Amino acid sequence: MTDFIQPSDQLTARKAAETRFRWYGRAAIFVSLSFLVVMVSSIIWTGSGAVRTTEIALTVDLGPENVDPENLADTSYRSIWRNAMKERFPGVSGRRDLRRLYGLLSNDASFELEHAIAENPSLIGTRAVVYFRASDDIDQLAKGQLDRGLPEDSRRLNDQEIAWFDILADADAIARPVNWSFFRNGDSQEPELAGILSALVGSFMTLMVCFVVSFPVAIMAAIYLEEFAPKNRMSDLIEVNINNLAAVPSIVFGLLGLYMFLNTFGLPRSSPLVGGLVLSLMTLPTIIIAARASLRAVPPSIREAALGMGASPVQATFHHVAPLALPGILTGTIVGMAQALGETAPLLMIGMVAFIVDVPESIVEPATALPVQIFLWADRAERAFVEKTSAAIIVLLTFLIVMNLVAILLRRRFEKRF
Amino acid sequence: MAKPPVITSRSVDVHYGDKQALYAIDLDVPEFKVTSLIGPSGCGKSTFLRCINRMNDLVDICRVRGDLRIKGQDIYAPEVDVVALRAQVGMVFQKPNPFPKSIYENVAYGPRIHGLAKSRADMDEVVEWSLRKAGLWEEVKDRLDQPGTGLSGGQQQRLCIARTIAVKPKVVLMDEPCSALDPIATAVIEELIDELRQNFSIVIVTHSMQQASRVSQKTAFFHLGKLVESGDTEDIFTSPKDERTQNYITGRIG
Repeated sequence: MTDFIQPSDQLTARKAAETRFRWYGRAAIFVSLSFLVVMVSSIIWTGSGAVRTTEIALTVDLGPENVDPENLADTSYRSIWRNAMKERFPGVSGRRDLRRLYGLLSNDASFELEHAIAENPSLIGTRAVVYFRASDDIDQLAKGQLDRGLPEDSRRLNDQEIAWFDILADADAIARPVNWSFFRNGDSQEPELAGILSALVGSFMTLMVCFVVSFPVAIMAAIYLEEFAPKNRMSDLIEVNINNLAAVPSIVFGLLGLYMFLNTFGLPRSSPLVGGLVLSLMTLPTIIIAARASLRAVPPSIREAALGMGASPVQATFHHVAPLALPGILTGTIVGMAQALGETAPLLMIGMVAFIVDVPESIVEPATALPVQIFLWADRAERAFVEKTSAAIIVLLTFLIVMNLVAILLRRRFEKRF
Repeated sequence: MAKPPVITSRSVDVHYGDKQALYAIDLDVPEFKVTSLIGPSGCGKSTFLRCINRMNDLVDICRVRGDLRIKGQDIYAPEVDVVALRAQVGMVFQKPNPFPKSIYENVAYGPRIHGLAKSRADMDEVVEWSLRKAGLWEEVKDRLDQPGTGLSGGQQQRLCIARTIAVKPKVVLMDEPCSALDPIATAVIEELIDELRQNFSIVIVTHSMQQASRVSQKTAFFHLGKLVESGDTEDIFTSPKDERTQNYITGRIG
C-alpha cells in the first residue's frame, strides 16, 4: 500500500524555494525598516537636546539708582546684569576674564532683562531674581555634551568658565526650562537664540503660493486631457512630456526659476512668491498625473449615464466625474505639496538660502524655508546647532507625516465608492 | 397603419476605424410601440441603438453615414445639438448605473439640467411621477434621500428608467436592460416596458428571444452588421422569411 500523494525531490525543492523566497522578503523588509528606525531614532536622540534650554538665575539690583520708573528708556540694562554678574563672582577682574564671565549669558541678556521688567513692573525698585538664557557653550555643558576630560585648549570652555558653571550649579542657579523660543524666534547667529519661526512662516507662505498656482492649473489640465482632449499624436506627446517633467531633477526647476522669475520678470529675490512659483513647476506634473489617474478610475458608466441623460460634457464632468475623482485628486495634491515642503535645491537657486532673522510678513519679503534652514544649520560650526538641526528635522518630518496621513485617510475614507 | 414611424433609418453605415460595423440599415421604428433588436453577439444591434441618440459620437474612431431621422428631422445634421437630442432620446444601459447620489437626486438630475422644473414642488412632482411610472415609488418613497447605489440590481435598473423618463423623452433606448438581473427582476422590468409604451416609443436590444417575443410588437433581426429581416414580432417568430432568421430563432446559430 503506497501513499496517495508521493513525496518527490521536485516537490521538496519547490517547497524549499517557496520558503526561501518568503525569507528573502522578510529580510528585505527588516533591512529597510531598520534603516528607518536608525534614522528616526538618531534624529530624535540628537534633537531631544533642543527641547530644553539652560537659564542662569541672577539677582539684579533694580533699585532707583539703576532704574527710573518714570524714564525706562534711559535704563542701561546691560550694566545692571553685568554688575549682577560681578556681584555674583566678586573675585573676577581684568578685561579678559570679565568678558568670559559675561559670555556665560547669551547676547540677548539685556533684552531679556528689559522684557522681564516690562512684563512685571513690580520688580522695579527691588532686588529681584531674573533668569537669563545661558550661552550655547554653557547650554551644551549643562546637557553633558562637553567633555570635561579634554585638554583645556581643545575645549570651547576653559577651566575657569567650567568652575563658574559648577558654582552656579551647586547654588541651584541653573534652570532647564522647555525651549519654547525655538518656535518663537527667527534664525540667529547664536545657537541658543536660533528658532524656526521665520522658516516655518516662509515654508507656509511658499506652500500656499505653490498650492494656489498649481492646484487649479493642474486640475484643469488633467480634466481637459482626460475628459475632453482628442486622443491623438499630440495628446500622446503631451502625456509623455508631463511624465518627463515629473522626472526632471528639482535643481533644474530652480535654475529655470532663477532665469525666468528673477532675471526676466524681475520678481523679488528670496521671496516665498518666487519659491512657490518654482515649487509649483515641480508639483504640477505630480498633481496632473494623480488627478488623471483618479479621473480614469471613475467608471465610464457614470459618464455614459450623465451624457445619456443629455448632460453636456462639461456638466457630466463637473457634476459627476470630478466629484467622484476629488478624493484621489486631493490625495495627489497633498502628496505633491508634501514633496514641495521637503524640497531644498530649487529654493537655493532662487536665493531663499539667505540668513533671515525676521518673520516675513508678506510673500514678497525675503524668507527662507524649513528644509533650507536645516541645510543652513547643518553647515554651522557650533556644536549647539547640531541639536537645533535635528529638532528642525523633527518638525519638518512631523509636518510631512501629518500630510501623508491626511492623504492616506482621505483615500481610505472615500475609495470604496463604487 | 396610418401613423408615420417615429424613427426612420435609411442606408445607415457605421465604421469603427477601418472596420465596417453596420451595412446600409433600413428600419422604421413605430411610435408608442416596443421594437426589439435581436441577433447574435457582435451583429451590430447595440451599435445601431447607439446611433439613435448619438452615443457613438463618444467613440473617436466611429463614423456614421446615411440618413437617420426622428420625427422627420435628420439627427446627424450639423446644426443638431447632441445634448438636446439626448434629452429627447433617453437611454437605459446594460448594467444599472445610477449616480452615486440620493434616489431623489438621481431622478431630479435630468429635469434640473434641462430646466424642466421651476420650483421645488414641481421637482417633487416630476420625481414622484417618474418613480411611479417606473414602478419604484412604493418601494422607495420613504427613503428618497438614500443613495441610489444601495438599491438592489432590479431596483437600480428601474431607478435608471425613472431617471430617463423624468425628462419626458420621445424615445427610450434600452441596451439589454435585463442582462444583469435575475428572472424575477426581469419580469418586473418587462411588465414595466409594456406599460411605458403608452407614453414612449421604445427600442430595446436583447439577447433573449423570449424577451423579444414577450415585450415587443416589432422585431428586427441583425446578423453580421446587416439588418436581415424586420417586421411584426409575431411574424418574425412564427414565419421568418429569411433562412438566417429561422436558424437564429430556432437556436441553430448565435
